[in-house]
Amino acid sequence: MMQHPAILALLISSLLISGMLLYAAWYGARIIRSWNLHSGSELQLQLERRTYLISSILGYALVFQVLSLFFFIFTADTLHSQFTGAMCAAGSLNANGYGYPTFFLKIATCLLAGVWLVINHVDARGYDYPLIKVKYGFLVIILMPLVLIETIVQFRYFQGLHADVITSCCGSLFSVGKGTIGGDLAGLPAAPMEWAFYACLALALVSGLFVCLKDRGGYVFSAASALLFTVSATSLVSFICLYVYELPSHHCPFCILQQEYGSVGYVFYGSLFVGGVAGMGVGALMPFRNHASLSRIIPATQRRLSVLALVSYLLFALIASYYLVFSPLRLFP
Amino acid sequence: MKTSLNRHRNIIDFALSSLLRRKMKNFSLLAVYTLIIFVIASLLFFVNALKREAALVLADAPDMVVQRLMAGRHDLIPAAYAEKIRALPGVSTVTPRLWGYYYDPVFGANYTLTVPPRPAVEPGNILVGAEVSLNQRVRVGDMVAFRTSAHIPLLLTVKGIYPAASNLVAADLVVMSPEDFQAMFNLPADRATDLAVTVANPRELATVAAKIVEFFPDTRPILKSEMLRTYDAIFDWRGGMMVVILTAAVLSFVIFAWDKATGLSAEERREIGILKSIGWETADVLYLKFWEGIVISLSAFLLGGLLAYGHVFFFSASLFEHALKGWAVLYPKFKLVPAVDSYHLAVLFFLTVLPYTVATIVPAWLAATVDPDAAMRS
Repeated sequence: MMQHPAILALLISSLLISGMLLYAAWYGARIIRSWNLHSGSELQLQLERRTYLISSILGYALVFQVLSLFFFIFTADTLHSQFTGAMCAAGSLNANGYGYPTFFLKIATCLLAGVWLVINHVDARGYDYPLIKVKYGFLVIILMPLVLIETIVQFRYFQGLHADVITSCCGSLFSVGKGTIGGDLAGLPAAPMEWAFYACLALALVSGLFVCLKDRGGYVFSAASALLFTVSATSLVSFICLYVYELPSHHCPFCILQQEYGSVGYVFYGSLFVGGVAGMGVGALMPFRNHASLSRIIPATQRRLSVLALVSYLLFALIASYYLVFSPLRLFP
Repeated sequence: MKTSLNRHRNIIDFALSSLLRRKMKNFSLLAVYTLIIFVIASLLFFVNALKREAALVLADAPDMVVQRLMAGRHDLIPAAYAEKIRALPGVSTVTPRLWGYYYDPVFGANYTLTVPPRPAVEPGNILVGAEVSLNQRVRVGDMVAFRTSAHIPLLLTVKGIYPAASNLVAADLVVMSPEDFQAMFNLPADRATDLAVTVANPRELATVAAKIVEFFPDTRPILKSEMLRTYDAIFDWRGGMMVVILTAAVLSFVIFAWDKATGLSAEERREIGILKSIGWETADVLYLKFWEGIVISLSAFLLGGLLAYGHVFFFSASLFEHALKGWAVLYPKFKLVPAVDSYHLAVLFFLTVLPYTVATIVPAWLAATVDPDAAMRS
């Protein structure tokens, strides 16, 4: 199936993104090794200039990575007709063992690249490059390897896809004998998940307000935000989707991206992504609050990030609640 | 927020005027970029339109076709199988079908001969597709002589001609009576080409197919969904192969773009030097290059996309049709139904804009980090 135009596009884009990250990490490693702000050497000047290049590469890489995440889901959705029993992207991703790992790796790399850009933003505002080694360490040790792994896993996924086409020996016998792909996902039970979702939302709201108003509790908010991110994603599968589809059994988190459901999925995932990055960004900045050159920048940035995270999560919760209230589906009498 | 917006507005303003100041360089880049997008977009739109067309044609196909295999080849199926299959629970109708191909040695073309389930013509009469009537130079009421498998001429009267609008399915079609069909091919009366089976509940299709194979191990049931899937796979594969071939073109375009972006003229270097000396930061120059890239990419994308749209849907993709459509003497001439969705634009974006953008990141940075004094002195 490798010759599908969309699969080729995905493979090429992943290769390019990996190449960009490798290039950035190569210079990142040199910066970690040779950075000395007090030196006026040629090498130091060159490295200082490289930091612009690496920031701009990572900026582009994040945008491409987010786009490729959605494009990946869409491609999986388009491919579902090629597999017996697959009803949508959920089925195509199940076609072999690499589908869901690719999907989760893409999400993880998007989030981490977002957090990297938050750290980079703060670092660029401190006059003495206070976080330079931290951010390049993060890039070299975590981000770059993850993107490379994702590229390989994605390649294995597409390599392992084989369409169930008519063969010369038999037609549907082939499909029958092979069994069908689990077309649907099972979700966690709805009632406890609804409680968990709103409880986590309340926790994140309170701790977020604490960060905004009192400048305290960044770690708590970050943890609450990460928890809310996970719980929201799980809730989407567990009950929010059911209300959107008005079907008590359809748990697919991908069909909400389709036009027939008003493409509401983009708002859900967009707000979740912004909330996740901003919330985790607050926590990622916490260890550097006492840095001399950042003591005024970080609290201000954290306040803005927490407002952004709160607004995003609230948007998510509002739309979800809208469906819970106004959907004709009633899960509980 | 407002100052940041204003800053970008001013940078975009400057980027546009700077692009227009170097018309030749940028127009040549735009032309090549547009050409690349045009070629790939034509390909994607065309493959997609063909897939849609195939799906539309197959929409009226039976849920399942049962063929008999003999020594691994398609063989005539005994009509008695139809009765037994009809008795299977879940099966609603079974229709034996008669169809085949006839090569006319005089006019050098292949016709598709079919017999409709309910007789459409009396023995001795036929209905023909528009291309067949052109090929045979016959009109309604004329006689046509076909050669039977025993090399005896069979005279048939043309009773009607299908309108050209139905060419996609009827271009090479000849509809005749079962008696004539049997006479043409010396076909035993109790045999059919294959069986068309409909099943009331589509979810039972696979089970019914499995049962048919169990009762008649020499048959091969083919589901409509499998036909659709196979067509999709074939068209995707053909489109993908063309994309692989075109990757070489994209690669050379990327090298071209890289070369254009790195080869800063002395004037451009001076310009950036002046900008930096009057207070522009490296980040501002990077934004400038970013917006220049956006303007070029967007223009090329829109232009190439529009040209491809016209090429595929108004001129029937004359550049690609032979590579992708297949070939026959009586190939139907048909106009494709315009259909482009955001997904195909996304494929196009990932295949063209993304490589271009990646190729210009490093040159943009090289331009943005020149020393003002060195740039102005050079």
